[in-house]
Amino acid sequence: MKVIVDYDLCQAHGECAAVAPEVFELDDSDNLNVLIEEPDESLREKVEQAAAVCPVMAIKVEG
Amino acid sequence: MRKIAVVGASLAGLRAAETLRRRGFEGELTLIGEELHRPYNRPPLSKELLAGKVEPESTGFPCDALDAEWVLGRRADALDLERRVVTLDGGDELSFDGLVIATGSRAREWPGLPGIEGFHYLRDLEDSLALGRAVAASPRVCIVGAGFIGCEVAATLRMQGLDVTVVDVAPHPMLPLGPEIGGRCRRMHEEHGVRFVFETTVEGFEGSDRVEGVRLASGERIEADLVLLALGAVPNVDWLAGSGLQLDPGVVCDEFSLAVGVDGVAAAGDVAQWPHPAGGGMTRIEHWSNAAEQGIAAAANLLAAPGERKPYTPIPTFWTDQYDVKIQSVGFVRQATALDVVEDEPEERRLVAEATRDGELVAAITFNRAARIPKYRKALMEAAAAASAPAATA
Repeated sequence: MKVIVDYDLCQAHGECAAVAPEVFELDDSDNLNVLIEEPDESLREKVEQAAAVCPVMAIKVEG
Repeated sequence: MRKIAVVGASLAGLRAAETLRRRGFEGELTLIGEELHRPYNRPPLSKELLAGKVEPESTGFPCDALDAEWVLGRRADALDLERRVVTLDGGDELSFDGLVIATGSRAREWPGLPGIEGFHYLRDLEDSLALGRAVAASPRVCIVGAGFIGCEVAATLRMQGLDVTVVDVAPHPMLPLGPEIGGRCRRMHEEHGVRFVFETTVEGFEGSDRVEGVRLASGERIEADLVLLALGAVPNVDWLAGSGLQLDPGVVCDEFSLAVGVDGVAAAGDVAQWPHPAGGGMTRIEHWSNAAEQGIAAAANLLAAPGERKPYTPIPTFWTDQYDVKIQSVGFVRQATALDVVEDEPEERRLVAEATRDGELVAAITFNRAARIPKYRKALMEAAAAASAPAATA
């Protein structure tokens, strides 16, 4: 499973960081950091939820 | 379940449908939507789309990969829970085993609006495009309602150089955010040149072929060539009258977002009402994040065996973009009795405020401080978990 973020779309809402803090983190400059680009299967539900709750559809989950 | 119908083809309905497939539902899945479009994102309608910065197509949610049938441009007119059938306008019937109600809300209307040109609501794509066309002539704009939509449109149109006056019966903009935040928003708008008249009602509208003015209770007349009515939203439950579902005004659900008194019916988004301890009882949330999250939760619980359902107890989030400020909140702001500003950087337009009730944190509000929201959300979740943990016996 691969997490792909479109940083042009990202507006630092942080919904992803709230839902899947193991994978997404907003730093103090409101930049999004993907902590784990290929998360373990055990994180699938959280990662798919993060993609589903991004207000600007900036997150894609592949595989 | 072999057939699931999702009535309402916007964000909540889409997220519900996606979740049903992701959770292994392999039967017939049909989404019914009154609008002609496949699901699209509404936030740009008051901002980028209205400003002409993006094309309408860009608002569409990706849904080509969803294995479902789309029945668009059709309104659900009735629900028969005994026969398990949804009746569409025109009389067609769609049978179902499971049902997700996600019909959302519509703009509250001004009763008895004069049938002349110049009045606008803003709810759907067509509204936004019509408003965008109407402002090309640089009309003087009066916005009735200083809520989130009213304020966003005020900012968008003011940034296009239009003359904008906003009126409201409330004492400040965005009432639910409280007077401190509301006051700061007011000043932000006023610095950009928006004029407000607060604590006033609108007596009526003037104009012959088209609107020319808005008459306030004080007798003052606001000159306006375009009036946006931004009066809030009303849940779309008319079609459920007589179905046997409890409506108050939303579809009354249990803690799992499943409609009470019936099997196999879930509700999600603006239309749903459910008990949430942190929300102070029966809760209905009209924000974007809830539509997405509740669509997911309601669908999961619809499929789950009774013992495997998970209570839907989100820590809700909200945002609004006005000028160069992103205002966000997390938690139930309306439950607060006090607000403390803990970070304040006016030059950066950054702010963090903590909302408390009896000394306990219930929400946080930020201006241009998105990074704080996940931290506060975590704190609120931990507090909620601690509060619902079984009490130690004495």
